Amino acid sequence: MATIFIDNVPYHVQDGQNLLSACLSLGFNIPYFCWHPAMHAVGACRMCAVKQFRDESDTRGSIVMSCMTPASDGTRVSIDDDDIREFRAAVIEFLMLNHPHDCPVCDEGGECHLQDMTVLSGHVYRRNRFKKRTYINQNLGPFINHEMNRCIQCYRCVRFYRDYAGGRDFNVFGVHDRIYFGRCSDGTLENEFSGNLVEVCPTGVFTDKTLRKQYTRKWDLQTAPSVCPHCGLGCNTIVGERYGSVRRILNRYNHELNGYFLCDRGRFGYEFVNCDRRIRQLLVKDKSGDSEAFLQPIEKQQALHSLSEIFRSGAPVIGLGSPRASLEANFSLRSLVGPENFYIGISDPEFQMISRIIEVLRNGPAHSPSLREVEQSDAVLILGEDVTNTAPRLALSLRQSVRQKPMEMVDRLKVPRWLDGSVRQIVQENKGPLYIFSPVATRLDDVATKTLQLAPDDIARIGFQIAHEIDPEAPPVSDLTANFRGLAANIAETLKQASVPLVVSGTGCGSIHVINAAANVTRALRSKGKRAGLSYTVPECNSLGLGLIGGGNISDCFQRIMSCSVNTFIVLENDLYRRAEVQITDQILNNCKRLIVIDHIMSRTAEKADIMLPSGTFAETTGSFVNSEGRCQRQFRVIPPTGEIQEAHQWIFDIMTSLQWDTLRHFSDIESIGELLAAEFPVFKPLPEVAPRSSFREFGQKIPRQSHRYSGRTSMLANITVNEPKPPDDPESPLSFSMEGYQGIPPASLIQRFWAPGWNSSQSVNKFQSEINGPLIGGDPGQRLIEPSASGKWSYFTDIPEPYKPQDDLWLMIPKFHVFGSEELSSLGPAISERIPKPYVGINPKDAESLGKQEGEKVAVAGENFSISVPVRIIKSLPRGIMALPVGLFTLDGFTFPQWVRIVRD
Amino acid sequence: MFSLLKGMWIVLKHTIRKRETVLYPEEKPIRSPRWRGRIILSRDPDGWERCVACYLCAAACPVDCISLQATQDEHGRRYPEFFRINFSRCIFCGFCEEACPTYAIQLTNDFEMGEYSRHNFIYEKEHLLISGPGKYPDYNFYRVAGISIAGKGKGESENEKPPEDVHSLMP
Amino acid sequence: MAEPVRSIVVLVAILVGVLVTAAGLIWLERRLLGLWQDRYGPNRAGRFGSLQVAADMIKIFTKEDWVPPFADKPVFVIAPAIIVVTTLLSFAIIPFAPHIEIVDLNIGLLFFLAMSSLSVYSVALAGWASDNKYSLLGGLRAAAQMLGYEVFMGLSLAGVVMLAGSFNLREIVEAQTKTWFVIPQFLGFVIFVVAGLAETRRIPFDLPEAENELVAGYHSEYSGMKFGMFFVGEYIGVTLISALIATLFFGGWLGPLLPPPLWMIIKTFVFICGFILVRAALPRLRYDQLLEFGWKLMLPLSLINIMVSGAIILVAS
Repeated sequence: MATIFIDNVPYHVQDGQNLLSACLSLGFNIPYFCWHPAMHAVGACRMCAVKQFRDESDTRGSIVMSCMTPASDGTRVSIDDDDIREFRAAVIEFLMLNHPHDCPVCDEGGECHLQDMTVLSGHVYRRNRFKKRTYINQNLGPFINHEMNRCIQCYRCVRFYRDYAGGRDFNVFGVHDRIYFGRCSDGTLENEFSGNLVEVCPTGVFTDKTLRKQYTRKWDLQTAPSVCPHCGLGCNTIVGERYGSVRRILNRYNHELNGYFLCDRGRFGYEFVNCDRRIRQLLVKDKSGDSEAFLQPIEKQQALHSLSEIFRSGAPVIGLGSPRASLEANFSLRSLVGPENFYIGISDPEFQMISRIIEVLRNGPAHSPSLREVEQSDAVLILGEDVTNTAPRLALSLRQSVRQKPMEMVDRLKVPRWLDGSVRQIVQENKGPLYIFSPVATRLDDVATKTLQLAPDDIARIGFQIAHEIDPEAPPVSDLTANFRGLAANIAETLKQASVPLVVSGTGCGSIHVINAAANVTRALRSKGKRAGLSYTVPECNSLGLGLIGGGNISDCFQRIMSCSVNTFIVLENDLYRRAEVQITDQILNNCKRLIVIDHIMSRTAEKADIMLPSGTFAETTGSFVNSEGRCQRQFRVIPPTGEIQEAHQWIFDIMTSLQWDTLRHFSDIESIGELLAAEFPVFKPLPEVAPRSSFREFGQKIPRQSHRYSGRTSMLANITVNEPKPPDDPESPLSFSMEGYQGIPPASLIQRFWAPGWNSSQSVNKFQSEINGPLIGGDPGQRLIEPSASGKWSYFTDIPEPYKPQDDLWLMIPKFHVFGSEELSSLGPAISERIPKPYVGINPKDAESLGKQEGEKVAVAGENFSISVPVRIIKSLPRGIMALPVGLFTLDGFTFPQWVRIVRD
Repeated sequence: MFSLLKGMWIVLKHTIRKRETVLYPEEKPIRSPRWRGRIILSRDPDGWERCVACYLCAAACPVDCISLQATQDEHGRRYPEFFRINFSRCIFCGFCEEACPTYAIQLTNDFEMGEYSRHNFIYEKEHLLISGPGKYPDYNFYRVAGISIAGKGKGESENEKPPEDVHSLMP
Repeated sequence: MAEPVRSIVVLVAILVGVLVTAAGLIWLERRLLGLWQDRYGPNRAGRFGSLQVAADMIKIFTKEDWVPPFADKPVFVIAPAIIVVTTLLSFAIIPFAPHIEIVDLNIGLLFFLAMSSLSVYSVALAGWASDNKYSLLGGLRAAAQMLGYEVFMGLSLAGVVMLAGSFNLREIVEAQTKTWFVIPQFLGFVIFVVAGLAETRRIPFDLPEAENELVAGYHSEYSGMKFGMFFVGEYIGVTLISALIATLFFGGWLGPLLPPPLWMIIKTFVFICGFILVRAALPRLRYDQLLEFGWKLMLPLSLINIMVSGAIILVAS
């Protein structure tokens, strides 16, 4: 702890930070532009000036930039001196010289850091009589809108895009006062974190293009804390709603998880909520008439009555869970049909992998690190995972981890780590160890120490060998080439040298051996006493949660349906066509006597339903999810209940009600369901305490979803009814659909917006943190469910696969994930769909040559249960004999990976 | 005591004073130009809608009786997709006019708005929009704003330099 | 004309006359207040708003007659009737002209004092039965006010009784043939006017219904014709006090040229207008000032008045 004197009052602050973050941590308002808590200080904007005094007797002082000055013990500063005010006012006036008269039509208006800082610094009138500088804008693709006139040259955008996120297609151009931030020429920003420019830019140069289509000011958005549904990481988001549609996603700071940044899939993937494939009505297929049956709207009571008839008829009803539905919805369905009739809604190989991941994480000894811990690891081994495309935000954290090792140099030179300019001078191009083994080249390869593209089984073999090299107890891999042996020994040595090594793997290459190998490596490292972390990626937002609840295999489920011993099949938020090949799924659904689908999107499965119950998307559902780290988090609905849409667990509760169950009240709301879950599965014990209970009140009040400036309350619905209906209730959460309530800082898991008096932009997050870059006040949201038990019995996996051998005529088909396209829901949004590549099949150039195919020519691929004709894409990095098929880009997409397929020659 | 009597005497003297009351429907009162009556949306001198859908009027409204949705044409000109005022809630405080950065929303002299049905108090954009510039004849926001719209490219606003050529390295 | 028939005609004439006057006062008061405040007052219904009374009546009769569910229902219903009945009964002893009166009671003045004391029950009970804190406060204020002002109202009339040697109002009027009692009993007249204002709970003594503090005081919960009864009761009270002032201090029907009943009506209306003028000109007292004024100033003054009058009569006889 250091003691600093601010205007002669002593304060205790953490060591090793700069004055700006120390002052902000203490709650003082100091204006700044170029400093960013995650990207640290470069001292470019000159706004954060303070006056520093040598000692008590010094009354003159000197003006310094607080972001460039360490808050060392005994520092004496004034942050509110007349000279300081004059200085800041002059700086802001210079910064505003060319700022256009745009605020009314600027999307940043009302949440603009520049507005806030201008007001804070007291600049009011433009005195400059000269003309303003202008620029031509660029079209930066479907996500980001560019308005260069508004730029104040703080350099935050390039520092984020190039230095932090590793983007290459964006830079700063020009000379003199004609600096331009953009691309070389018009075109889409390629980096998958470009959306963060919206929040990083202190003014309106980069704004959200998806919001622009349906623009709403920050204060008019009804917002609620949510969890991103688009991958297994469960990044925290803030969802904004207006007039019944979702308008945008903002990052919700979580110290342990996503910090200040989101990926573009998470930020712009929300558009599916508003798409026309949403189901908004209760639909029933009327089979009594002609054979051409269509889904038709029906009264709710009538539908529930016929549902209860089905259950009373006695024949078994089976249910299929979903990795994208909440824990509560899955558990309700499991309780409705009975545990013996509940099946896991993922393909068998995937279920196997998820179960193995859970087993490994539970038995330990390595624990699954949070994203913050990932950033701090100093040696990383990635086995078989294309992280950027399966869990994008993890890739951003891994990109930061390669800066850990070089930081030792920085520390040796006694340069503070927050002095970003100097740090980059020292580090230059030095990078920490990062080894990537994957079937195809990944976007992280540019920072990797060594990358190698191999078949999944070969990746697993290398992994096993590394484990053996670290700990001879681990099983060795026989007949490995000397080359690989040397490489493995090399990597083993590096990992052993590191203080916090990390192994990343996952379901991405569809091989359980890779998962085993990753477990072996961390186990070996742990046995050597290393604090090794093991991070597995999982495909969907609740894959791990569903795995923890457990259930029958989907193949058993299909078998029961085919044997016609089942009366009714309930599918919860799942598209079977993504779980199994078309032929199989068609067969199953045609054989099924009665199909009930609870979903929010009109999927192929939903089209075949006999009864279709419209459930809520993430924006309309309160529920809990378990991310790949094993962290359980609660999301809260932001769209008030409208029409017939209700949460999946409410539909199941309605069915239970119509059956007059006596244990009924236990399923009425997520909290009671959570209690039941906690009682049935010890692992879910923390679930009821994941977020404050619905009875929670701050100063006797609920937490309002609407800001205190929310407008149009008496006019929004006036065209429908002038009688101003009462705002909807929300009995399931401590949040309310209202402006009334506690507008201060709520508990961390209920933060519905970042706002503080005078701080309208997302920079106001500093008022919600216990210290800059620290946890949120009151602790970060979420509870870790899986911790390796100290007494966990573990042993090395010995099931080492045979090496991969290319075969004539047969190709090994492996999955290729795409950040835009591979995920089911986000692909439905118009902005994301612009970024989705066309379907293709990727093969090695030599293979293409032997096939006699050029790029773009179609080939016919036939597997066990499918045959498709797709254009060829030549991928140089792909090993020979392996075929990469993009996941999710085909309309019918349920291929089993990996499998051997043939190319039908024409 | 005498003050009481004096007060009563003064009141009694008012018996022969002229009455202040204006007999309203027969005789219309004189209203100043600043009168805060029925709200309108005006057009700029070029005949375009002045409203840029910035939401400031809605935010300023103490009874929250203004709701709107922004949209824009293909050239970037922003305007309200709908603009609704619930006059059965409006208190004619004039905050919206004060908040408006483009002089689009203005309060007029008209106050005779009696209706038998509350539905008739819901004014949509087509009811609010007039065909002239109202009290401020000359102002045109888009002529001073930095964004480009149809017919006005970058750097063509008042007090703007032509766009920079970022490829030039001339000092 | 047979004596009983004549009595009935007089009775009906007085009853109708008083009620019509009370109703007309609604219009008159509003017009006069308008006049003195440089406004018009009611001028839309009929000529000069003359049909305003009819409009008001239609409105008040067709309004929902609501009894609060928490109220004490029988008492709540009876309370407004009491005030009308007691004030109307007081008119029985007023002589409008020689032989035009309902009863020629030899303790007429005492009867009036008794009836006016009874009318406080109406207000106090209304406040209590409403089961509403503001109503109850209003009722309590009315009770305390009545208690205070009833005492010196009676005492202020002692001088008149001593001079006339009778409680009979007819005899009191006849005793003023030479001089109106307002001259020897000027102090008594002033005290009686103040007490009369308090008695009718009119500005500046309308504390029981002070709307800026108590919503509408004891009749906050009343609506429709029950509220109308309080209203009419107040105007009958105003008429009664004006008639009494005319009778006791200004020689009742006595006067030259014009027929006696007309004199009585003219004098009564002058005082009614006086009441309205007071309302137009004076502000409301504070509650503690009101009680202080009653007990500490008016009571001693009225006692002094009795002593001085008694002494003068003693010396003169």
